[in-house]
Amino acid sequence: MSTLQTASGTTGDGSRQSPPTHAIEGRLATPRPSVDLGRAPAADEGIVVKSRAENLSFYYGAVKALKGLNIEIREKRVTALIGPSGCGKTTFLRCFNRMHDLTPGTRYEGSITLYPDNFDLVAKGVDPIEVRMRIGMVFQKPNPFPKSIFENVAYGLRVRGMRSSARIEEEVEKALRRAAIWDEAKDRLDSSGLSLSGGQQQRLCIARALATNPEILLFDEPTSALDPIATARIEELIAELRDQVTVIIVTHNMQQAARVSDYTAFMYLGELIEFDNTSKLFTNPSQKATEDYITGRYG
Amino acid sequence: MHATAAAAAIEQIRADVNRRKLFDQMFVIVGLLVMFAALLVLAVLFIDLVQKGAPRLNLDFLTQFPSRKAERAGILSAWVGTSLIMLTTAAVTMPVGVAAAIYLEEYAPKNWVTAIIEINVTNLAGVPSIIYGLLALGLFVYQFKLGQSILTAGLTLSLLILPIVIVATREALRAVPRTIREAAYALGATRWEVTAHHVLPYSMGGIMTGMIIGLSRAIGETAPLITIGALSFIAFLPQSPFTAEFPFISFAWLKDGFTAMPIQMFNWVSRPDPKFQVNAAAAGAILLGMTLLMNGIAIWLRYRFRKRIHW
Repeated sequence: MSTLQTASGTTGDGSRQSPPTHAIEGRLATPRPSVDLGRAPAADEGIVVKSRAENLSFYYGAVKALKGLNIEIREKRVTALIGPSGCGKTTFLRCFNRMHDLTPGTRYEGSITLYPDNFDLVAKGVDPIEVRMRIGMVFQKPNPFPKSIFENVAYGLRVRGMRSSARIEEEVEKALRRAAIWDEAKDRLDSSGLSLSGGQQQRLCIARALATNPEILLFDEPTSALDPIATARIEELIAELRDQVTVIIVTHNMQQAARVSDYTAFMYLGELIEFDNTSKLFTNPSQKATEDYITGRYG
Repeated sequence: MHATAAAAAIEQIRADVNRRKLFDQMFVIVGLLVMFAALLVLAVLFIDLVQKGAPRLNLDFLTQFPSRKAERAGILSAWVGTSLIMLTTAAVTMPVGVAAAIYLEEYAPKNWVTAIIEINVTNLAGVPSIIYGLLALGLFVYQFKLGQSILTAGLTLSLLILPIVIVATREALRAVPRTIREAAYALGATRWEVTAHHVLPYSMGGIMTGMIIGLSRAIGETAPLITIGALSFIAFLPQSPFTAEFPFISFAWLKDGFTAMPIQMFNWVSRPDPKFQVNAAAAGAILLGMTLLMNGIAIWLRYRFRKRIHW
């Protein structure tokens, strides 16, 4: 845990307290003010920039998959990335935890700065492991380890050198509660993570990522392998998490983006076409391409 | 009019499906026949050995040293030798083979040097075992002066089965899905942590299987052991690995001379006295039984390790 720095000045050492629930309700009920692309948000709006991508390009060998993206990720908000298949939304998401470094022949250009310490995630010489210690990820298909439920959640803590079993137990319970799976899992912490249903497995994976208190949590189409009921529970959970952690979610499903996100970025062919407040982007997009996509003309 | 046409069309679909399913059924029959043929050969071999060796298949046979008198000769030194050689082979092969496979699969960059190593490892599996024997004679016996010992035999057989173990281990490592590795990396694990905490434990079933298949091959090898100078008549046992005084464990046996089951058999088969043929058959039945037992353990291990893991 000592290696984890909490970037937001408002929270203490790793213990993020969730605000009272009426804050969630209020946020869900009232539409957010429109935010202009690229404009530094005013402090009095209570919006803090957590991360900013500037001129970010990404190459798979000679193929340029991302073409000079500029975007701001706001702290403790949910940012959705939408767009047709192959538009680069997952590629962009995976830049945030340097997952591409596992594939040889990939290259970043530009920067993704993490605030408040002005840490450039994709700079040369930055260790991807350090990046992944600060930014968590939930994948498309639930991928629990074939270990016990408890060990699944504890793994990130153990990697971070936590030894005290009392501390680990405490943190595991906290993470499982935050991921809304404690009630289902508490009596079977020793059984295999694979014995859970698909939706439960995905919530276990969310708990596993939350246990390490990530500054940003990345979701890569987290419900694409789940049934509608399990999907609804995950969406509910993401809505609850937005007060505790900065979320970026890639989704294929525009309704999902509309339901769970505060901001939405529409991408097409490796470019960022439009980035705006979610309600604004879905009701009154400024770009023709965005409108065509959200009205189902292609994609 | 329409009704009869539709009925005729359905009839035709049925006939077509039945005709195509015939191939399915034929394949099942052919497959079963081929499988039973293979099993039958093994069964006939085993039953034949047991029948011929029946007069000698008793406890005395296992507890007596070889002798000039066929009815008093036993396989004590042979099975002890074989067991100790297998122990040495396993102890050497496991770490070396698994480490090589991990390097090639998880660490090695994908370039032409790696490609050449990979091709060579696969090719080594096809090298005749007597070549390994010659190599061992020159290298271990004369160059390293390890003598005609259990250690030399273990190292030789280890060389012989390393390619098998490396290939099987790589297959097992490759079977761990990418998503599981990504999950571990995403939590901030290093490559070594991903390998040691996840990939290796999850592929243990496959690794064990490869290991035991390799050992089953080694247990029956005769040529390389004869080449390095195994004895064929030993009336003593290697020194005990356990000692009365501290540290209670001794590795002196590694330097002792040895004989092994296949060599004992070879020796008996080449004798003119037909009574020794009975001994050879009995030893063969026991050797085959040891191999089947090892394969049985492999299947059990695989079942145990994979029981909890289903991707």
